[in-house]
Amino acid sequence: MITARIERTPLGRAALATRNRWKLFALSVLLGTGTVLAAVGLLTASGYLISRAAQKPEILSLTVAIVGVRFFGISRALLRYGERLSSHDLAFRTLTDLRGRFFDRLIPLVPAGIDGSRRADLMSRFVGDVDRLQDLYLRALSPPLVAIFCSVFCVVLASIILPVAGLVLAIMLLLGGLAAPALTRWAARSAGRRQSAARGRLAGDLHEIASGGAEIAVAGREEDWLGRADEDDRRLVSLQRRDAMSGGLAEGLGTLLAVGAAVAVTAASIPAVHAGELNGVLLAALALLAMASFEAITPLSQAAAVIDATDEAAGRIEEITERPVPVSDPEHPRPLPAGGSIRLKGVSFSYPGSDARILNRADFELRPGEAVALTGPSGIGKSTLAELMVRFRDPTEGCIGFGGIDIRELDQEELRDAVRLAPQDAYMFNTTIAENVKLGRPEADRERIFGALAEAGLEDWINSLPEGIDSLVGEDGSKISGGQRQRIAAARVFLSRARFLIFDEPTAHLDPEGAASLEKHLVDRRDAGCGVLVITHTLADPGAFDRVVELDEGNFREISR
Amino acid sequence: MSATSKAPGASRQARETQRRLARSSRVARKHLAVTVGLGALQAGLIIAQATLLAKVIAGVFMDGDSFADVAPWLLWLAVISIGRGLAAAGFESAGRFGAARVMSELRERLSRHLLLDRPGALQDEQSGDLVSSAIDGVAALENYFARYLPQMVLAGIVPVAVLAWVVQYNWESAVILAVTAPLIIVFMVLIGLLTEQRTRKRWERMSRLSSHFLDLVGGLATLRANSQAFSQAGSIQAVGEEYRRETMGALRVGFLSSLVLELLAMIGVAMVATAIGIQLAGGHLELVAGLTVLLLAPELYMPLRQLGAQFHASADGMAAAERIFEVIDRPVAVSQPAEPVPAPDPARWSVAMEGVSYAWPGRERVLESIDLELEPGETVALVGPSGGGKSTLASLLLRLAEPKTGRITCGGVSLSEVNPRDWRRQIAWVPQRPTIFADTLAGNLRLFNPQATDGQLAEAVGVAVLGDLVASLPRGLDTMVGEGGRRLSAGQTQRIALARALLSDAPLLILDEPTAHLDQETERELADAINEVARDRTALIISHRDQPIARADRTLVLDHGVLSQTAGAGAAGGGPSGIPSAGSLRDREFRRDARRTPVTGTGVEGR
Repeated sequence: MITARIERTPLGRAALATRNRWKLFALSVLLGTGTVLAAVGLLTASGYLISRAAQKPEILSLTVAIVGVRFFGISRALLRYGERLSSHDLAFRTLTDLRGRFFDRLIPLVPAGIDGSRRADLMSRFVGDVDRLQDLYLRALSPPLVAIFCSVFCVVLASIILPVAGLVLAIMLLLGGLAAPALTRWAARSAGRRQSAARGRLAGDLHEIASGGAEIAVAGREEDWLGRADEDDRRLVSLQRRDAMSGGLAEGLGTLLAVGAAVAVTAASIPAVHAGELNGVLLAALALLAMASFEAITPLSQAAAVIDATDEAAGRIEEITERPVPVSDPEHPRPLPAGGSIRLKGVSFSYPGSDARILNRADFELRPGEAVALTGPSGIGKSTLAELMVRFRDPTEGCIGFGGIDIRELDQEELRDAVRLAPQDAYMFNTTIAENVKLGRPEADRERIFGALAEAGLEDWINSLPEGIDSLVGEDGSKISGGQRQRIAAARVFLSRARFLIFDEPTAHLDPEGAASLEKHLVDRRDAGCGVLVITHTLADPGAFDRVVELDEGNFREISR
Repeated sequence: MSATSKAPGASRQARETQRRLARSSRVARKHLAVTVGLGALQAGLIIAQATLLAKVIAGVFMDGDSFADVAPWLLWLAVISIGRGLAAAGFESAGRFGAARVMSELRERLSRHLLLDRPGALQDEQSGDLVSSAIDGVAALENYFARYLPQMVLAGIVPVAVLAWVVQYNWESAVILAVTAPLIIVFMVLIGLLTEQRTRKRWERMSRLSSHFLDLVGGLATLRANSQAFSQAGSIQAVGEEYRRETMGALRVGFLSSLVLELLAMIGVAMVATAIGIQLAGGHLELVAGLTVLLLAPELYMPLRQLGAQFHASADGMAAAERIFEVIDRPVAVSQPAEPVPAPDPARWSVAMEGVSYAWPGRERVLESIDLELEPGETVALVGPSGGGKSTLASLLLRLAEPKTGRITCGGVSLSEVNPRDWRRQIAWVPQRPTIFADTLAGNLRLFNPQATDGQLAEAVGVAVLGDLVASLPRGLDTMVGEGGRRLSAGQTQRIALARALLSDAPLLILDEPTAHLDQETERELADAINEVARDRTALIISHRDQPIARADRTLVLDHGVLSQTAGAGAAGGGPSGIPSAGSLRDREFRRDARRTPVTGTGVEGR
């Protein structure tokens, strides 16, 4: 039943997903509790020590207290060190677990399950959210448990010494552990709500100033935009001022309770000393116990914020991973046919949630050994054909055959090994050129890799690099040009053993000369028996292709040349 | 994650930024003063609280005081507790408000820089990041102002105040505290230096490991196309494990500094407690004094320990401010002349570049001693391969960048003597990627000419073939477009930019690749609009396609920074333009004379 309740929140589900780490989690909670209790022990023992000493006993009778004080002091530092190490170790392990888990879920969703222009944004936020979950145990779940264990221990200890002191301490700890974090959380939430519109407006202003600054300046309208940004900025700051006040009050309440606890416990214990119910020698120990017990309570306000943040992050992740899988493998895939062409028969396609038919009962065939060019204005769905042919998407109507078999009956990976797509903005991984090309065929040796690069027209460039094919390309290819990126993407496909090669806008970033030479290499692949489809809005040499096809009103039309 | 997630040297850079903020921001200075005041109050309250609590406990325990006897003291303690609560509230709200104000101040400087000093200097992809850190950076800066800075102040005030108080009760304890507290700082610095060196070695490797997942997710579509997604998924575990081992290795050393810190603090308290205990037992000390010292000892170490814990928050907090400083520290693109002359009118005088060269900062030259003359009223086409420097040339004419050598003149007046803002007002510009502002369509069209009438607007809509778009919009010209409004296609954006230029009455027109991202059909549709925009003014049209420049008077080629004239171009109105002829030089002399008489009709007054 508890499990069912935990499962109701995204955070709980993320925690359950990594429950195999419970031993490490238990260890870090244990060490965290030990850390606080050592400080409690240190102060309580000190209080007792000096009170007892004030009664001028034999020094020898103080030995136990003195040893206790030293023991608690040293163990506190060591426990803290161990706690920090184990909790960070746990954080890294759960992070790796969660990354693997969510990546597995993401695989079948990309690309068609995550459509839209903001895909790149979505993906980087996804990574950020997964990484945020490493705080799950370290900063969200551990502090409340440590606080509970420590509070219970301190209250029990105080109650043993004097029940009324235990009661007062319990009340203070409850207030400090529940009311103060709740108030902090409430203040932060309502601040976030109030500020979000103002933030959005100001972000819009600044974005325009940053990206459209030149146009604003040429139009001589600088003052208009500065004035608007200033006004929106003032509005945000005045909201932030209010929220700073309420946040401050919540913080102040926490401190008031922590400081007041020692006073309250002392005040409550004084009558007992008089009544002889409490040995006066323990009064100082009780006050110091109350003071030290709040160490576990103070981090709770922050933990509340982290719980909210990680829960939201986990929720956003689920929003993505719980999307319907657009394309799935058949239960019993049929073996890949040894030959034949790819053929679209009466294929229609519209994007989910849209009525516009990108393809309307279209027919198209790509045969082995022929080179076909697909042209047409940008934005009418030429890339959709490529995505249908490699089964990134399924047609709304009609079917696509590979050697006579519906591609929905084949294993996706086997199909893509036979029909290879170089997508429009091929991604470059932050590793060497060789590793990036090798993606096309992981078992390829260096010679073949270099051959593929040469075929893509990169021989001279590679030879000019001091580290040759072992040069790094940088984060998403930041160290190489757009043209080089396209050629490396082409080399990937050249290296593969695919029978059909599809290039989506392979020459968009090349100058006319470079575009023509790369295009020739693509076409030449038909001589090796491959079927080649080049999707482009600018053809360098239409005459080199066997056919040039245009996508027009959802259907393919051969262009007479 | 704490110690190792930042590049080595990040903390040093953060300190530099902190100093800059304190120097340059009035708000930050004021905030520091408030924090110091609150810190002093806090120190006083801590000492008063410990002293009173010791008095109460010692009174009850040793002297047998009753509740009524100590009630006034308890009341005072309650007041002090409230006071400490208020001080904490003060730190928090002053810190958060200070952070908000400082960020606001930085944002204003950023806006002014990006509009007045270096308009258009940022790449699109840079601006998204910058904007989010300029707004959301407040949260991290709050950590600095509301937590780190107060701890800094408290670390400076509280130990000294506590020590001064303790010494009057018991000098032995004071000595213990006075020796251990500075030791903490010395050890922290020593260990910090040691670990920084070690992390520096691992840094690059660790940052590559940590970005592995981002790389896989970013390239997942490519992995899928290559049937490699599932085989790569296995590497997450392996790389994650390697990253964990590397980082834990660094942390074992990194956390040593806080271990030493805790050890010293705890041993300090334990030593004080033992010392007091022995003295009390020997009758050399009153309980009230001993208790006061014992209560104060942890308070002395507390801010020092907190300082260590908050240290990384401070580096985080500075990151947003650093990013903004990074941008606004760059020098102005085009400097203002001390005594600007009125802007000459390109409708009357030709615009000339004389031996102009340019290189973007840190890169090779893109323009090599360009000589170019635009006669009033002519349409000049500028073609050449991408990356040949065409847009750079436009930036120079727009005075968005300053030539490295040579000069640009109009009517013989060097533009460096003219206020760049005055000069720009005479230019209508269609950039390569026009910006659609979050405004109505009409507001967007009126960019260059806010006073344009509805009639003029309707005419421009017609010429720029925007009629269909306007008809399809729910509220026509009053529909919100851009961010948060209706999204527009690349073709529609270009048409809007052309319509903006149509509505402008500026005498000089610069079109930069007006059809670059469009298919041929749309390009044909826009050809007429382009001719219409260029009519009756001096126009420079940059393109690598034929359609937009079909009716140019002459065509210039810019290749690898060198300008040349194409054969067969220059049908009408031309005149040699690559190299100034003797005639045009004579003209220039004449114009220089003309300049002495007041230049009228600069097109500035009208606005």
